[in-house]
Amino acid sequence: MSLSLEDVRHVATLARLGMNEDELTNMQQQLSSILGHIEVLNELDTDAISPTAQVIALTNVMRADEVVERFDQETALANAPQHRHGFFSVPAVMGNDEGGSA
Amino acid sequence: MSLPNDLTLLTAAESRKLLDNHEISSVELTHAYLTRIQEVEPKIHSYLHLMTDVALSQANAADKRIEHGQIDDLTGIPVALKDILCTTDAPTTAASKILDGYMSPYDATVVTRLREQGAVFLGKTNTDEFAMGSSTENSAFGPTINPWGENRVPGGSSGGSAAAVAAREATISLGSDTGGSIRQPAGFCGVVGLKPTYGRVSRFGLLPFASSLDQIGPFARTVEDAAIMLRAIGGHDPMDSTSVPIEVPNYEAAFRQDLAGVKIGVAKEYSVDGMEPGVDAAMKAALQQLQDLGAELVPVSLPHTEYALATYYITAPAEASANLARYDGVRFGNRIEGDNLIETYMRTRGEGFGAEVKRRIMLGTYALSSGYYDAYYVKAQKVRTLIKQDFDKAFESVDAIVAPTSPTVAFELGSRTDDPYAMYLADVFTIPANMAGIPGISLPCGFSDGLPVGMQLLGKSFDETNLLSIAHAYEQAANVYQELAHI
Repeated sequence: MSLSLEDVRHVATLARLGMNEDELTNMQQQLSSILGHIEVLNELDTDAISPTAQVIALTNVMRADEVVERFDQETALANAPQHRHGFFSVPAVMGNDEGGSA
Repeated sequence: MSLPNDLTLLTAAESRKLLDNHEISSVELTHAYLTRIQEVEPKIHSYLHLMTDVALSQANAADKRIEHGQIDDLTGIPVALKDILCTTDAPTTAASKILDGYMSPYDATVVTRLREQGAVFLGKTNTDEFAMGSSTENSAFGPTINPWGENRVPGGSSGGSAAAVAAREATISLGSDTGGSIRQPAGFCGVVGLKPTYGRVSRFGLLPFASSLDQIGPFARTVEDAAIMLRAIGGHDPMDSTSVPIEVPNYEAAFRQDLAGVKIGVAKEYSVDGMEPGVDAAMKAALQQLQDLGAELVPVSLPHTEYALATYYITAPAEASANLARYDGVRFGNRIEGDNLIETYMRTRGEGFGAEVKRRIMLGTYALSSGYYDAYYVKAQKVRTLIKQDFDKAFESVDAIVAPTSPTVAFELGSRTDDPYAMYLADVFTIPANMAGIPGISLPCGFSDGLPVGMQLLGKSFDETNLLSIAHAYEQAANVYQELAHI
C-alpha cells in the first residue's frame, strides 16, 4: 500500500495536524511502509468472523442521572489557554479564507 | 526481618512489618528514597516531576496513622506514578509538550485509592509521549536510561516507572500497558511488571491512548509487592463503566511453593526470527525450573499470533486518533495561535505533538477515514476475534501460558528511532494479551550479556490469582529477582 503526498495531506487536514513539507514527505514514506506490513492481514479470510470492539462482557452500563458538583467554574477554566467572562475563548471560527462572514 | 543499612533495599512487604513494629518510620523510609533519587537520578532520569514536599507530608501523616493503628497495606510506602495518571498536586504531562505544565483538577481513581491507603508519592515518572513507544525515547523531556546499562533503553512506554523500581528510586510504581508498556520495560529493567485483566483496574484519570486496550498495573521487585498493589488499586469504580464488578481476592493467600498439577502452555508461535540466543537460553532454563517445581509443560498453538502486531497497529492508532482529538488548545493544554480556529488547531497539534504521536494519529485517522474503514479498522477487529479465540481455546487445556516478554534484551539508545516498525517489533510478544484482554506478568528469569531477560506468564481473564501464584513460586525458586542493578 503506497500513499500519495496528496493522501497524506488530506489525512493531516482531517486530523488537524499542521506539518511542513519535510514532515509530510517523511510521513508518506513511513505510513506507506507501516501499511505494507499491515497488509499481512489480507492473508486471512474473515468473511464469517464477527468483529471484536471490546473484550468484557458488560453491555449498556447505566447509572442514575444525578447532578453532582465536581468543579466550580474557576477550576474548570483554570487550564484554559484563554478564557473570558466565564467562557473558553478561541480565535474567530470563520476566518476570511473560509468565505464566511465574521 | 533485619534492618538493612540502606532502606531502599526493602520490599513493600518487608517495610510493612518494620513500619508496624516501629523499627522504621515512613519519614525515614521516604528520606532514604529521596537521597537515593538525588544520587542516581542524574544518570537514570526516571522522574519528570519530583513530589518531595507532598511525599514528606504524606510520610508524616502515615506515621501518625501507624501510631493510631489505622494501617493499610501501603500506608507509608513510597511509590512512583507514571506521568499519565492525573494528580492534583503535581503536573500531569504524558511527557508531551502539549500538556507541559498541565495541572489536573482531579485525581485518577488509582491515585485516590493510594491516597486513601496512606501511600507516599515520590513523583511522576517518564514515559513515551502519551504512552506511545517502546523505549521511552519518545518523551518530549528526554529519555530514561536503563539502570543495567548506560547506553541501553529501559523499554517503554512506562520506562520511567520500570527504571525507578530497578534503580531503587521507589518501592513500587504504577504504569499503563496498551500493547506491552508495563511488561516489556519490566523485562528490560529486570523487575516484575503486571498488566491486569482489562476491566480489573479503573482507567478513570488515566490519559487515554487506546481505550479498549489500556490497563493500569504495577512494577515491583517481587510478585508479592505487585499483588499488594493490585489489591490496592483493583476493583469496580463507578467512574469507569468498563471496570468490572468482580471481587478482588487476596492474591497472596493463594501463593504456593510448588507447581504440582499446574499445566503451563508453551506456544511455538512465541519464537521468531531474530530472537536473541541469550533470551532463548534464559527461557530454556526457566522452563526447566517450572518443570522442576512440578508444572507440566503442554504444547499449545496460538496460530494468529503473527497477525497481532498488524491488528494492534490499526486498532490502537484508530482509538488514539479519536482520544487525542481533545488536545486542541481550547479547554486545556498549550495553544499556538493561528489566524483562525482551524489554523490554531493545526499549529497547536502540529507543534505540540512529537513525531511518533503524529504518526499514530495519522495512521488511525487514515484507517478510520471514508473508504478505508472496512479494509483496515473492521478487518483488524475481526482478526482480534481470532486472536481472542486462540487464547480461549488454549486456556481450555492449560492454567497459564509462558513466553519470553520480548525477543531481545534492552537495545541501545537511538538504535531503533529511525525505523518505526523495528521499534514496534519490540512488543511482538506482549501485544496479543492486550488484544484478548487477558492478564500478563513479566518477571526476571536470567541475563544475556549482563542485561535482564524477562519471562512472561499469561493467564485467564480475571484469574490473576493463579497467574500471581505461579509467578511467585517460580520467582522464589529461581531467585533471579535478588540480583540488583549496580547503580
